[in-house]
Amino acid sequence: MPGKLKAKIVAGRHLPVMDRASDLTDAFVEVKFGNTTFKTDVFPKSLNPQWNSEWFKFEVDDEDLQDEPLQITVLDHDTYSANDAIGKVYIDIDPLLSCEAATVISGWFPIYDTIHGIRGEINVLVKVDLFNDLNRFRQSSCGVKFFCTTSIPRCYRVALVHGFVEELVVNEDPEYQWIDRIRTPRASNEARQRLISLMSGELQRKIGLKVLEMGGNAVVGYLQCFDLEGESGLVVRAIGTACTLDKLSPGTDSKEPVFSEDPPHPLSGPPTPLRTLPSSSPPPFSPSKPCSRQSSSSDTDLSLTPRIGKTSPPSSPSPPLSAPFLIPSQKLTEFPIFTLTCFPPGFLVHVGGVVSTRSVKLLDRIHNPDEPETRDAWWEEIRQEIKSHAKALGCHAVVGYSESTSICEEVCILSASGTAAMLNPRFMREGCLDTGGSDHSCGFVHIPYDEFNMPFPAQLTYCYHCRRQKVPDVLFTTIDLPAEAEVTGKGCLIQARLCRTKKKAQGEVNATSISNLLPFMEYELHTQLMNKLKLRSMNALFGLRIQISVGENMLLGLASATGVYLSALPAPGGIQIAGKTPSDLSYDQHISTMQKRIDDTIAKNKELYNIHPPECIEEVVGSPIPDRQRSSRLFRSTSESSDELSELDLSHGKKDAFVLEIDDTDAVEDIQSLLTDAPIPAGFYSCNTEVMPGIYNWTSGLQMFTSVRVYRLSNANLTNQGLNKIFTDLCENLLKSLYFKLRSMIPCCLCHLNFTVAVPEEELIQVRGHTYLKIELCVFVCFPGSGENEEQLQFSMELFSSSERCSPLPEGRSRSLRSTRSLPCGAPVTVVKMTPLSFLPGTRIVKYLGIINMFFIRETTSLREEGGVSGFLHSFIAEVFAMVRAHVAALGGNALVSYSMKECVFMENPNKNQAQCLINVSGDAVIFIRESDQEAIPPLLSSRQTSSTGADGTT
Amino acid sequence: MSMELDVFVGNTTIMDMEVYQLWLDGLTVSDAVKVRMDEGALLECEANAEVLTSDTMDQFRTFQMCERLLHSPTKLGSQLLYQIPAQNQRILIERYYEFDSVFAREVLGKKLSKGTKKDLDDISCKTGITLKSCRRQFDNFKRVFKVVEELKGPLVENIQRHFLLSDTLARDYAAIVFFANSRFETGKRKLQYLSFQDFAFCAGQLISYWTVGAVDVWEPNDPDMDVDLEKEFLHELKDLKVLVNDKDMMDQHKILVCAALRGKIKVYKLMEVNFKNLSRALINLASKLTHTKDVRDLFIDLVEKFIEPCRYDRWTVAEITLFLTHYTNAAHCLGTFRYQMIWDRYMGVIKSCILQMYHE
Repeated sequence: MPGKLKAKIVAGRHLPVMDRASDLTDAFVEVKFGNTTFKTDVFPKSLNPQWNSEWFKFEVDDEDLQDEPLQITVLDHDTYSANDAIGKVYIDIDPLLSCEAATVISGWFPIYDTIHGIRGEINVLVKVDLFNDLNRFRQSSCGVKFFCTTSIPRCYRVALVHGFVEELVVNEDPEYQWIDRIRTPRASNEARQRLISLMSGELQRKIGLKVLEMGGNAVVGYLQCFDLEGESGLVVRAIGTACTLDKLSPGTDSKEPVFSEDPPHPLSGPPTPLRTLPSSSPPPFSPSKPCSRQSSSSDTDLSLTPRIGKTSPPSSPSPPLSAPFLIPSQKLTEFPIFTLTCFPPGFLVHVGGVVSTRSVKLLDRIHNPDEPETRDAWWEEIRQEIKSHAKALGCHAVVGYSESTSICEEVCILSASGTAAMLNPRFMREGCLDTGGSDHSCGFVHIPYDEFNMPFPAQLTYCYHCRRQKVPDVLFTTIDLPAEAEVTGKGCLIQARLCRTKKKAQGEVNATSISNLLPFMEYELHTQLMNKLKLRSMNALFGLRIQISVGENMLLGLASATGVYLSALPAPGGIQIAGKTPSDLSYDQHISTMQKRIDDTIAKNKELYNIHPPECIEEVVGSPIPDRQRSSRLFRSTSESSDELSELDLSHGKKDAFVLEIDDTDAVEDIQSLLTDAPIPAGFYSCNTEVMPGIYNWTSGLQMFTSVRVYRLSNANLTNQGLNKIFTDLCENLLKSLYFKLRSMIPCCLCHLNFTVAVPEEELIQVRGHTYLKIELCVFVCFPGSGENEEQLQFSMELFSSSERCSPLPEGRSRSLRSTRSLPCGAPVTVVKMTPLSFLPGTRIVKYLGIINMFFIRETTSLREEGGVSGFLHSFIAEVFAMVRAHVAALGGNALVSYSMKECVFMENPNKNQAQCLINVSGDAVIFIRESDQEAIPPLLSSRQTSSTGADGTT
Repeated sequence: MSMELDVFVGNTTIMDMEVYQLWLDGLTVSDAVKVRMDEGALLECEANAEVLTSDTMDQFRTFQMCERLLHSPTKLGSQLLYQIPAQNQRILIERYYEFDSVFAREVLGKKLSKGTKKDLDDISCKTGITLKSCRRQFDNFKRVFKVVEELKGPLVENIQRHFLLSDTLARDYAAIVFFANSRFETGKRKLQYLSFQDFAFCAGQLISYWTVGAVDVWEPNDPDMDVDLEKEFLHELKDLKVLVNDKDMMDQHKILVCAALRGKIKVYKLMEVNFKNLSRALINLASKLTHTKDVRDLFIDLVEKFIEPCRYDRWTVAEITLFLTHYTNAAHCLGTFRYQMIWDRYMGVIKSCILQMYHE
């Protein structure tokens, strides 16, 4: 199905001086799509050329429309020598292919050069005419909408969730091709940028085809990643959740954007809104050809997720709930996986816990790019394992699923994690006994597995909310806090950090040693998380993300999550320190001082996070206050209960969460790290989830930041403890820096704090390990502290206005306001907000304009002149932001939600004065309007609005 | 262990205006950190020296990267690289172009060239302003001068349009441009007591009343209206000589002034004695202004020929005001004096300049 792409080059501004003699530039533009190129006239002697070109028309088929970017090159005309390139603009025209997204791309784009950065701007107009009627169009892969957002997009309603989609494409990395030795760095960078752009276009198109095959029209929670495998090649892979979305027209009086009650699905007789179609579930993998050099695979899991096979399989999920969900004939292995992290209320029936899998692979050159079987097989293997873990937890689905890799030379760790869950098959209110009417429900914390045949030892108690069902004592998940969850107090960011040295090795030996280290790292991270959770008197973790990065001589583990006190779960026990060594007086004293410090910290944290569980709990289970007696009681009962269970030897893992044995050097270290975590300064709150648990009165002032730090460890002969200390300090210092920088904005909340660590290889100097710590820290949102419930709304409105006034950084309120304040020269730039959240507090998203997925390379051969590595990276990140904003604005949007910087690879060679950096960013371009602007809109609409934003507003 | 790279970038560029001032003052990162520590920055948010250094470096880098844009402030509004709220943009620009009047006083009337730039070391030593800050201020002067030098139309408005400065700051720049263009002598020892503000006031007067733009309605084809004094006017000033050359007229003038001032000023006696000298000084000054050299010496002449004698005789400002008022008005009553317009235009400026420059 062909289409006609039309582009018009309007003007340029702020162009660089290309002719030293005249201090001017003779600029012209080449517009290229596929193999067709058009040129504008030369606009002589101007830094602000007005080309006002004709419409350049490209007649192309839709496959190209999806894969290829429109390539605009600005050049300086030179009569005697070759024309000099000023820079390029790549425009992804995918948003124009969906009838519901943008209709035209028009605006100023920064002209980007991989060596010089941004050099002026160009005004471009792009349109697409598709030669077909709407119906035929919708049959093609073009019409499929993509969303990075991991929840149901705000102005849509889900008719049907089809399930998991995945795809990967591989290619040779141009950087490692022979031709790279003879071409210029610029040519090489551009080849790479173009290739990745093509590959992600192709990937998106292929995923789109799969979605259409399944009968869906959208991909939600689309996560695309690059694996730069060096010599072995380049992998672009993506996962997502296929859905059928219905657009909510502004007037419709739909109650909530929920999973629909009766989906119009042709295949299913009974109303089964959520089902996996048989064709979709087994992804078209060819699981033949197992990688020959694969050395080992470790399926270490948190103690909550036992190895399958060791434990007797739990009884299958209770039939009435699972039956409609699964197609009767479906095999048990075909569990659905969801990349979503946020669900409509009542959708999650039960949550089992975190399931994760890691696998160490040796990379091999990709011989045939058209058959990426090896990589596909690797991931398929991992997904199968995840599914089996979920099954072991008595769950039939994995939600909040994500995949990641860490590559060091030829070793690659593939990781996947998610949360095992039982989903409501029909979102039927009568099916779930707790959801009826009430705002809060506790259903999702109830155990999905069989009480008498637990997959791992856990303390079960009756739910503190409904007192009918059993709940575990702690709950770890990778999803966001469900809107219906009742929370006591406030949440906070909890991090576990770990550093382990390993011997430098090659090939299989290396992979084996990494593989052997992984279970210990996971175990220790888990213990740390558990201890920190107890120390804060909390009982659940949300948004858990464990990253393990591999370097030449060390492994880094960083786990981040948001801790909360779920009212439905039992109060956590305290932490008791026990000494094994026969008592000697000073030793006992030492222990008791430690114990006192811990108890004091717990008490202090309770105040800080405002955790005061309601009194009624006491009647049911006795003292909720974690005194020593209670914790020891729990400890005892843990071992008792483990006796009744299978011969699982994970019970000691539970024990450690409560009792720290002091003669164990690890435990001393743990206690140290527990107590050395700096308290968060007053007025700050932090979490890594979308919304801050326990705080609901948001204002609309928000900011997004990215911070990158690289440390050089001067001495590689450090012990594990020494490294741990250093690593912890680095993380703590980074947080401290952030608090300091944002001090003028308190009270504020750092949301979606997203830490990423990497250990880049250091070729020349063996002893020096590079710890590369990148924080991609994002939003912060002001709020006025906790007010009384009934006053909340009014209160937040007050602050809304006052923060506009007194905040040192008042952002332009909106495009319209900004433009009235126009500066004397030039049109004012549209203010574009960027946020890693899927929403903007205090606003309503009225339209999704399409996905933004951009990849940039920047290189310099004059590193010192550009302000060293920091100056170089700082300006590059600023440039990337600028280009993202320009694309959003050109689509007609004023914000980018679900923003993430998925890749930020930095390489430098200070001796040669060179550096190179690669950045990949993505997000959803949207148009939002302020809630306060809504007074003009009919009341019907605003009433709908309040219910749809109820999840993040006051609950 | 050392930090190799430390970057903090926001979608909206975040700037601490206190740190901005330290940067503008030309401090090094370590000096700025010291200043911030002394101001108690460490007390906030449990910061430590490392945090403070990192923050300062980061902010300094941001400012340095924005500096290029601040050179042409109109670009700041339309550029895409940094998203800076409009209000912050204005503060950034205004502060960047603010200058130390002590520094401005030093370069006032000097040619804004490389030669002067070399003297910045001395100025830096003399004023205690860091060399870096001196350079910035000097470059600002030069940049504004270069842009508006060739432009037509009102000087202050041109500066405001191209540099988006506030009214007061634009007026100060107009004074600097005006002085640099006409190269008025301001460096002589006798003029040292005058501040930048004194000169800026005088420049404002000269721009308002003595340039082409002052009287005519602005026409697009008029060249350099505000930067140069009106040639025709300066030429006509020669006619005022009649006030001293014509003995009768001079006596008549004296009688009228004395009549008006008798009993009103303490220095009446001295005035009566010195009237002819004072009058001659002012009239001679007027008649000489056709020569560029004498225009340059306008201020030194005013001081030497008029202000110093008065100060020697301990006139008060009020007395000078009275004297100049009556001196100006009396000329209107001279039946044979025909140059009323020119006279008023000349004396109006001279009077206000003298009053501004007369420090008791």
